[in-house]
Amino acid sequence: MSAVVKLHDIHKSFGSVEVLKGVSFEIEKGEVVAIIGRSGSGKSTALRCINRLETIQSGTLEVCGHRVDDQSLDLRALRQDVGMVFQSYNLFPHLTVEQNITLAPRRVKGVPNREARALALESLQRVGLAEKIDAYPEQLSGGQQQRVAIARSLAMQPKVMLFDEVTSALDPQLTGEVLRVMETLARGGMTMAVVTHEMAFARRVANRVIFMHQGKVWETGPGDMLADPKTAELRDFISNGL
Amino acid sequence: MMGGAFTFNHFVYLLQGMMWTVVLSALAFVLGGVAGFGVMLMRTARTRLLRQISFVFVQLVQGTPLLILLFVVYFGLGVVGIELPPLLAAGVSLMVYSSAFLGEIWRGCVESVPRTQWEASECLALTRWQTLVDVILPQAARIATPPTVGFLVQVMKSTSLASVVGFVELTRAAQVVNNSLFTPFLVFGIAGVLYFALCYPLSRWSRSLERKLNVGRRQAA
Ligand SMILES: Nc1ncnc2c1ncn2[C@@H]1O[C@H](COP(=O)(O)OP(=O)(O)O)[C@@H](O)[C@H]1O
Ligand SMILES: [Mg+2]
Repeated sequence: MSAVVKLHDIHKSFGSVEVLKGVSFEIEKGEVVAIIGRSGSGKSTALRCINRLETIQSGTLEVCGHRVDDQSLDLRALRQDVGMVFQSYNLFPHLTVEQNITLAPRRVKGVPNREARALALESLQRVGLAEKIDAYPEQLSGGQQQRVAIARSLAMQPKVMLFDEVTSALDPQLTGEVLRVMETLARGGMTMAVVTHEMAFARRVANRVIFMHQGKVWETGPGDMLADPKTAELRDFISNGL
Repeated sequence: MMGGAFTFNHFVYLLQGMMWTVVLSALAFVLGGVAGFGVMLMRTARTRLLRQISFVFVQLVQGTPLLILLFVVYFGLGVVGIELPPLLAAGVSLMVYSSAFLGEIWRGCVESVPRTQWEASECLALTRWQTLVDVILPQAARIATPPTVGFLVQVMKSTSLASVVGFVELTRAAQVVNNSLFTPFLVFGIAGVLYFALCYPLSRWSRSLERKLNVGRRQAA
């Protein structure tokens, strides 16, 4: 097995504040990695470094063969291989679900207009929302919007998907429908990095859990490690929640 | 000299002036719109130098009365040997003037679209330009319509200043008629009504456009 995402000794600062203090981990092809940790521990920043929404100060970072830490990186090639879904969905409010999904494939990959609808339908079927193809985002519930955001990402056929607390803005019942979609995706062999507070999901779906603390990978292991934490910080995190 | 009564010919003369007011406004708006779009692009550019240059331009123009701008373009360029006809001089001045204001209005509208829309587009491998055209501008346009049309109304009224460089638009035409008839209430009253006839539909149009844009978004597809 070869790693698709390789972070080695990543350092990242905002101004004089060092947020990532030597983060290293790898994600294998088809692997699902859950990243957990307190708010402010650097989870989002680590994820955002992977697709170069943030630039790092030092360390090496390779994603799907792209040297992300390199000046000569082909940014758009990287973005075609890496999908990202945010806590706040970030759908385009002025476009229908179909247009949301097909905009990038049409513009970036040159998918012809007549094939676009079929592509949208196919992506929507993967998130169970085919009937909403002509709706506008504001006509959908939060959970549905997030599933459309996932479908939009999938339509670009990424090799890796990054999820940043995608259920944190949702009620428990809507959280379930989004998590089910992600689980299906994981079972289908997608390589995923999932920042989440859903411990049950991390245990059940993730091949590996990474616990971040104060800008470092503090503890890592299979989902079971949550039942048997080695460090006091992880034990504390699990028993006190966020 | 008080030279008789207000005739139909006087009215036609005023209408001709009104037509030139429309031509000048259209010129100001089209040219100013194109240049203003450029100013907006520069004000929101990633390159710092472009942002700074456009910032200075906007500050300079916004801090200068339109009348001074007109004098500079008409008389100033005349001194260095560039003789512009009044229409062109007025058109250029209004273009510069409008570009600064429209550029600034539109910059505000573009920046009011959440940054996360840029980020989501970036993650989908869209270029900056594609993002601007397909994602940001359609959302910014919704917000931009009322202030843009509001400014258009202002520009239309400001074209009256072009009379100082000898351009015969509505205000100048009214002056000419009044100079021969000396019935200021009547003549300038009619000019006022004609200005209103130009501006009011614009304001109405702006309001209906605003409403339509809002409804369009809510309508079930
Ligand atoms: N753009 C930014 N500018 C300055 N500080 C930031 C920025 N983004 C994140 N931070 C800081 O970096 C730290 C880690 O943030 P983040 O990666 O969002 O943590 P998490 O996702 O684990 O909650 C926090 O202290 C946060 O305030
Ligand atoms: Mg976060």
